[in-house]
Amino acid sequence: MAKILVYAELNQGKLQPTALELMAKARELGDVEAVVLGAGAKAAAETLGKHGAKVVHVNEDQAFDDFIAEPATDALAALYKAQMPDLILFGFTSDSRDVAGRLAARLDIGLISNAGDVDAKDGGFVASVPYFGGAKVAAMRANKKPAIILIRPKSFEASESGGTAEIKEIDASIGADSKRARIVERVVEASEKVKLEDAKVVISGGRGMGGPDNFPLLEALAGALGGAVGASRAVVDAGWVPYAMQVGQTGKSVRPGVYIAVGISGAMQHTVGMKASKIIIAINKDAEAPIMKMADLGVVGDALKIVPALTAAVKAKKG
Amino acid sequence: MKIVVTVKQVPDPNSVTTLEADNTLARDKEVVLDPGDECGVEEALQLKEAHGGEVILISMGPERAKDAIRKGLSMGADRGILITDAQLAGADALLTARALAAAIKTESPDLVICGTESYDGSTGMVPPMLAELLGVPQLTTAKKVEVDGSTIKIHRQTADGYQLVEAATPVLISVTAGIAEPRYASLKGIMAARSKEIKLIGLGDLGIDRGEPAETVEGLAQAEMRKAGVIIQDDGTAVDQIIQVLVQAKVL
Repeated sequence: MAKILVYAELNQGKLQPTALELMAKARELGDVEAVVLGAGAKAAAETLGKHGAKVVHVNEDQAFDDFIAEPATDALAALYKAQMPDLILFGFTSDSRDVAGRLAARLDIGLISNAGDVDAKDGGFVASVPYFGGAKVAAMRANKKPAIILIRPKSFEASESGGTAEIKEIDASIGADSKRARIVERVVEASEKVKLEDAKVVISGGRGMGGPDNFPLLEALAGALGGAVGASRAVVDAGWVPYAMQVGQTGKSVRPGVYIAVGISGAMQHTVGMKASKIIIAINKDAEAPIMKMADLGVVGDALKIVPALTAAVKAKKG
Repeated sequence: MKIVVTVKQVPDPNSVTTLEADNTLARDKEVVLDPGDECGVEEALQLKEAHGGEVILISMGPERAKDAIRKGLSMGADRGILITDAQLAGADALLTARALAAAIKTESPDLVICGTESYDGSTGMVPPMLAELLGVPQLTTAKKVEVDGSTIKIHRQTADGYQLVEAATPVLISVTAGIAEPRYASLKGIMAARSKEIKLIGLGDLGIDRGEPAETVEGLAQAEMRKAGVIIQDDGTAVDQIIQVLVQAKVL
């Protein structure tokens, strides 16, 4: 059996969703062990056991919470030497990317990033990776051992498989030379009424909204539908709305019942984060926009007129 | 303060990606300085204006990538280095990071600024790999940078806000595209850029070899495309049709 190691990302004691998503896939690929670092690691280890980890390697050193990437890289490099896994899986998230990149460079093996799936094949691993702007999917074979593969959030559905993990302490002493990029303060800006990732309806705005002043139109529609508001990278980069609202490759992945894309052209950067939605409705001035080719209903028209009318109609329908 | 900015020439994100019959990228399209890197150059120029120093642009690519460097030089950067070598064609993230690291080491900068990820490759792996190979801490996804003596502080973008993160120089920063609005090159800047140095170097100059790539593409398949549905012109009935879809989807 192949030895799979899942990097279970912890954020201030909270196991991140990608950890359990990766567990669901890893169970199909071989014997699964997980590694979880920082305060709360032992509690998280129990959950990972229920999701199929036979062994969970833990270390609760405060350095994992206080410093970016380097302490975790040290622990993983030590664990790799001791365990020699065939495959290390990471979520394609900001924090995991920071760690995986450093680890792949330290071990001098490289990695496969931004995968949507991974399978065992001919004694190795092959990942599915979007190619050429998402028009194609490449089957990429990992040439190195261990294979390091980063998988986008929401690629798999987490599920309990039962079981109890054996918890092992990682012997990792984190030296001062890895305590360099220090997190001094955490600031929460977003006050999401409905969490974007969990919303049944997501209404996202792009450049076609004209400006930040028009985003309340989307908020009103989301309010009427009990949904959440998202945004394209273009408008987040332009500073119209906070990053917490970004849907797409570098933002959040969502798969709601209905996704309404308003004034969004549909670049791959955006569509990888929403194309798994059940129903997609696009409102755009441009009938040729790529989003129109993937929408169940594409409306060519002026979003600033259609959205308020739609909000009123939804309210009327609800009575 | 000596600042190195990594820059990449990419297909114009505003043009549509097209494929040739053999699944390679159509090469006739426009290429530009990666818009994310433009923001990195802008941030570096603002730091130089506030704290003094030098801004050096380093790129890797075919010889025509000089145009991307030239664009940054016309914005005000001081000089450029282009790593260009036939052996680098199709380089993966680690090879890219190894080549960049070798070139950056010859400059011993206080700060290295990268975009968070390129517009075309979008792997986002070069900044952390580069930080590791340079042996420096990484301050990633910065949407604001402050300099306090030899301490660099950033606002690091998170899912629900930001973290205040700091490290002492030398340090690598990856910046979000929102960090600074890139300036337009002035006519004077464009003229001045013509005489600025762009040094061309090959892998041999850096003393590294290509190595084995981390992955091999075994096959390409058409991405699972959603079927196009109905496209309608809003003739006043669009709202009714959207309502019908919402009812069918049971969200209304």
